[in-house]
Amino acid sequence: MTKPYAITLDVGSSLANLTGSWRTQRPVYVDRLPPCNATCPAGENIQQWLFHAEEGNYEAAWRVLVADNPLAATMGRVCYHPCEKACNRGELDESVGINAVERFLGDEANRQGWQFDPVEQDTGRRILVVGSGPAGVSAAYHLRRMGHAVVICEAEDSAGGMMRYGIPQYRLPRDTLDADIRRIVDMGVELRLGERVDDVDALMRDQGFDACFLGVGSQIGKRAYIPAGDARHITDAVSVLHQMESTQRPLLGRRVVVYGGGNTAVDVARTARRLGAEESIIVYRRTREKMPAHAHEVEEALEEGVKLKWLSTIAEADGDTITVEKMALDENGFPQPTGELETMPADSVVLALGQDVDLDLLSGIDGMQIDGGAVVVDPVQMTTRPGIFAGGDMVGGEKTVTVAIGHGKKAARAIDAWLRGETYHAPPKHEQATYDRLNTWYYSDAPKTIRPVLDIIRRQSTFDEVVGSLDEANALYEARRCMSCGNCFECDTCYGVCPDNAVNKLGPGKRFSFNYDYCKGCGLCVAECPCGAIRMEHEPD
Amino acid sequence: MRSSHVKFYQTGTFTVGNRLLNDSDRSVQSTMERTNSLNSGHRACQGCGEALGARYAIDAAMRATDNQLIAANATGCLEVFSTPYPETSWQIPWIHSLFGNAAAVATGIAVALRVKGRTGTRVVAQGGDGGTTDIGFGCLSGMFERNDDVLYICYDNEAYMNTGVQRSSATPPAARTATTQVVGPQPGNVFGQGKNVPRIAMAHEIPYVATATVADVRDLEAKVTKAMSIHGARYIHVLVPCPLGWGAAPHDTVKLARLATESGLFPVFEAEHGEVTDRSTIRRQVAVEEYLKPQRRFAHLFKPTLQSEVIARLQAQADRNIRRYNLLSGETHR
Ligand SMILES: Cc1cc2nc3c(=O)[nH]c(=O)nc-3n(C[C@H](O)[C@H](O)[C@H](O)COP(=O)(O)OP(=O)(O)OC[C@H]3O[C@@H](n4cnc5c(N)ncnc54)[C@H](O)[C@@H]3O)c2cc1C
Ligand SMILES: Cc1ncc(C[n+]2csc(CCOP(=O)(O)OP(=O)(O)O)c2C)c(N)n1
Ligand code: SF4
Ligand SMILES: [Mg+2]
Repeated sequence: MTKPYAITLDVGSSLANLTGSWRTQRPVYVDRLPPCNATCPAGENIQQWLFHAEEGNYEAAWRVLVADNPLAATMGRVCYHPCEKACNRGELDESVGINAVERFLGDEANRQGWQFDPVEQDTGRRILVVGSGPAGVSAAYHLRRMGHAVVICEAEDSAGGMMRYGIPQYRLPRDTLDADIRRIVDMGVELRLGERVDDVDALMRDQGFDACFLGVGSQIGKRAYIPAGDARHITDAVSVLHQMESTQRPLLGRRVVVYGGGNTAVDVARTARRLGAEESIIVYRRTREKMPAHAHEVEEALEEGVKLKWLSTIAEADGDTITVEKMALDENGFPQPTGELETMPADSVVLALGQDVDLDLLSGIDGMQIDGGAVVVDPVQMTTRPGIFAGGDMVGGEKTVTVAIGHGKKAARAIDAWLRGETYHAPPKHEQATYDRLNTWYYSDAPKTIRPVLDIIRRQSTFDEVVGSLDEANALYEARRCMSCGNCFECDTCYGVCPDNAVNKLGPGKRFSFNYDYCKGCGLCVAECPCGAIRMEHEPD
Repeated sequence: MRSSHVKFYQTGTFTVGNRLLNDSDRSVQSTMERTNSLNSGHRACQGCGEALGARYAIDAAMRATDNQLIAANATGCLEVFSTPYPETSWQIPWIHSLFGNAAAVATGIAVALRVKGRTGTRVVAQGGDGGTTDIGFGCLSGMFERNDDVLYICYDNEAYMNTGVQRSSATPPAARTATTQVVGPQPGNVFGQGKNVPRIAMAHEIPYVATATVADVRDLEAKVTKAMSIHGARYIHVLVPCPLGWGAAPHDTVKLARLATESGLFPVFEAEHGEVTDRSTIRRQVAVEEYLKPQRRFAHLFKPTLQSEVIARLQAQADRNIRRYNLLSGETHR
């Protein structure tokens, strides 16, 4: 071969020089647990469904969502969304409107008639679910997905538990709830309405059930002793709200006093306004700040003309008046009576002091332990009676729809394992994608979208839904505010910033890999990754 | 410069890529087809800003010219770390001659191409700040003055890095280098010397002058692409942090470039025929300390005693840039 003058060697490529050998540390791709997912009581993979929603692929997003929680449209309305409180974006500008996007996806599923994936293979095992509240339907759904035959026995004539007989229609329209539950029934879950279970053991034995999930909630309104000349006008919140679902609406009169400070008190007071009460007053022992009700619901109630009388207890109820005693906070922040009395007119008094679990059904079950009015369960929701699991309001702890759905899911997994003679252990959690792991420079500035709110006149007189939905454009915008904490969203930044081209781009949906032959371990990709999905590790010896 | 006509609130166009954008709107660096003009296996230090900036710039120029590109390179790190005989990291036609003559070599190639009628092939010249602002300056000014059809790209790491961090006319005041030691009444590089080559290029009234950094790849790519759409002399000055010479962590290279612009110390702008036409506005303004602190070349400003006066003088420089280029207000045009 002839070479040009003074050239003796062929041209070689620097690829022969494996500069990866300089490295003392190496980057590795990881998936970290975003705070929204970590906080969701139903264990939703929020970041992942937002990822699909960002692309406008709403069906894929919905399918990821319902892998954990079948009641998307319902949850998008009634969930107290602790995810948004935890959301990292809250530290940058405002949290992502996760709940609003969830609602959009749930509504879209109902509009488009999306169905759950068909059950692949029946296992031939039969499971009894008692109660069709969120705990029961969630357990039924997850068990059915695993191929088990599921029968739900529900005492009422309609399914849904407190989602139907508690939460008012202006917060959860019933066609939404119906659509969400129908989809579960359509999977082949047998729903027996109007069938109260009195003897779990007998039913399981007689009808050949292999396991049971109890989700009977806490249905009995707590009573407080109030000296009353005439107790006819004293009723409780759950009864009032329950009656709202019958053809005969409750008669509360023009001046309604609600006693209690929780969300139920607020719901009853707002319901009373809509039923025509001129005055709907919440009487509460402690201060407004101490009310367990959520601040924004209290705010909405006040907008609708509900009045608040805090630091007060009802001393006496008599005919059409009540006597209220003023309270004062002591140095420990506890309300103490002052002896100062005041009478006020009241056509009815509604007690909203919480609910108790109906223990009649439970005390009949062999070997079931009850403690402090709640059923004792282990970390995977099994009661002290093997094969019988429980969840939702009846097991104590936080009483919300989302918690109940999470219990139902966990119990379903535990039941599935138990049927195979195994014990379910929740898989270990990934390390958290905390805010300091993000490089927020890369996120554009974008404030939260506010959901439209129904005008005030209609909120005082009708049961129309108060909080509106996002339209498609807004839902997309909101989804795209997600920072994808801890999980690669294929922004190509690592691929770009590597001075050594040591990042391989694998193509859409396939993410990236490192070429350790040339990675010198500078850590630029780790530092610049917006979402904290790369970790630096010591080079293995 | 930073704004995009499509609004994507997750990252907008701040990240290198964006899976939500149409292919045609994506950066060159985000594509699987980028040329990797400067290939793996080069011997640049960990986290080298110059290697990064060169790949960003030349890949963009390759795309803009449909891969019809020839590069002339001055002596310096970029040349040394990429081409130890007989290996090369360059996947493009590339020539190195001397430290100070890259602009002249490029001019020669451009003229030869013209004479041969090969008008489709374009030429870039590239070099470090020493090769550009000092020793190669005569050739560069001549290339500007004749309006030769060359894009000259200076990778500014603010000193002669390849020979061990000696001061150049682009070294900032107060910075410690091998030749501006931390001794005497004014430790580090002196104030009031050095030159601003982007402004000197503008004074030649050439068609296009721009500054950029490795912290904003889309902006850099857009400028290279624009430059390649123009004929005549063009100049792009890219700030490329040097972990070794600046005494900074290799993983901070992009961050330091970002802080240089966000503090106002390094204004990012564009000029046509001698007039500034656009600039990147500051998004999250920072005090100069934030930029200076992570760099050991400025350590003497903080230890053993805080040199507030010196820092204030540097802040005044940043403030002057902010005023001069209107870096804090209004929209960026592109
Ligand atoms: C007024 C009100 C408003 C609320 N608002 C919200 C809200 O906005 N967001 C939120 O997250 N949570 C809210 N909650 C709490 C939430 O509704 C409950 O935590 C949740 O419904 C509990 O679910 P569960 O499945 O355990 O029980 P439930 O929903 O109470 O369902 C239990 C079901 O079991 C049935 N059942 C009981 N005994 C038997 C039996 N022996 N045989 C057959 N069936 C039986 C019942 O009829 C019922 O349908 C609210 C509660 C109330 C009362
Ligand atoms: C005429 C001449 N003088 C000195 C040198 C030695 N030399 C090689 S590279 C270099 C420094 C280059 O500095 P710069 O242009 O800033 O590029 P960097 O290495 O910093 O990227 C020097 C002084 C040379 N090669 N030729
Ligand atoms: S930004 Fe997205 S991933 Fe991060 S916490 Fe909020 S919703 Fe979850
Ligand atoms: Mg240099």
